[in-house]
Amino acid sequence: MQYLNRSLNPFQELRRQMDRLFDDYGTGRHRPFQLTREKYPALNVWDEGERFLVEAEVPGVRNEDLEIHTLGNELILKGTRPALDRENRAFHRQERGAGTFTRVITLPAEVDPDQTGAELMNGVLTLRLAKAKTALPKKISVKAG
Amino acid sequence: MAKETSLQKHESESIEAERMREGPVFVPHVDIIEEKNRFLILADMPGVNTGDVDIRYERGQLSIHGKIEQRQQPEKAGPVVREYGVGDFYRSFKIGEGIDDDGITAEMNQGVLALNLPKSEKARPRRIEVKTS
Repeated sequence: MQYLNRSLNPFQELRRQMDRLFDDYGTGRHRPFQLTREKYPALNVWDEGERFLVEAEVPGVRNEDLEIHTLGNELILKGTRPALDRENRAFHRQERGAGTFTRVITLPAEVDPDQTGAELMNGVLTLRLAKAKTALPKKISVKAG
Repeated sequence: MAKETSLQKHESESIEAERMREGPVFVPHVDIIEEKNRFLILADMPGVNTGDVDIRYERGQLSIHGKIEQRQQPEKAGPVVREYGVGDFYRSFKIGEGIDDDGITAEMNQGVLALNLPKSEKARPRRIEVKTS
């Protein structure tokens, strides 16, 4: 903390504090609340042995606005939630946020891109990603000798 | 736009999540929008079916309760990432007398609840005619 600078300009101090606030969101740029910060959407991932189960809460995002890719052991989730109309309206609260998001998550194993299932229901996205054959443990039989 | 609308003035900050069933309860994010003839409240309640939302309006207090069925709890699965919990949603608002209670309607779409609260006649902006005397 640079206490010396405080007396310089109250607006600078405010700006500094706002910078810190927005930095937490990863963009470093000063935009109104958007979904472009790092950790949207929040994810839950389970390892079911032969596949991963990924779940994300994306209320208000339509099927056609979602893009899901896998690459090796990475899952790339992109989407957008349209901003609300602002004409002839006043916003008393705006907590929901809008905009585009991109989330890349590294899974503990490679997945088979040809065996993926996805479902979007009531704003919850569920992905079933089968692990690549090479990632599955192989049984080694021991010959008795 | 009226500067102090009844919704804004009386909205209480009592957004404590009440425990009504077992399990965690979450406070949904909302957008509260005022238009000329109504208020619109949008609430994020992912995972809630249309039939599982309970909306109550009593003596100026509006509450929304979205019930979640426990989603897949994968068997024999190890959690890899756990960034959020799953549970019911609950939030309550104190809205003033400016709402026409009979006209309140609600819609659930893709996990978003849209509550339409029409303003009562007296709260609507009225054109006042100026007569020349």
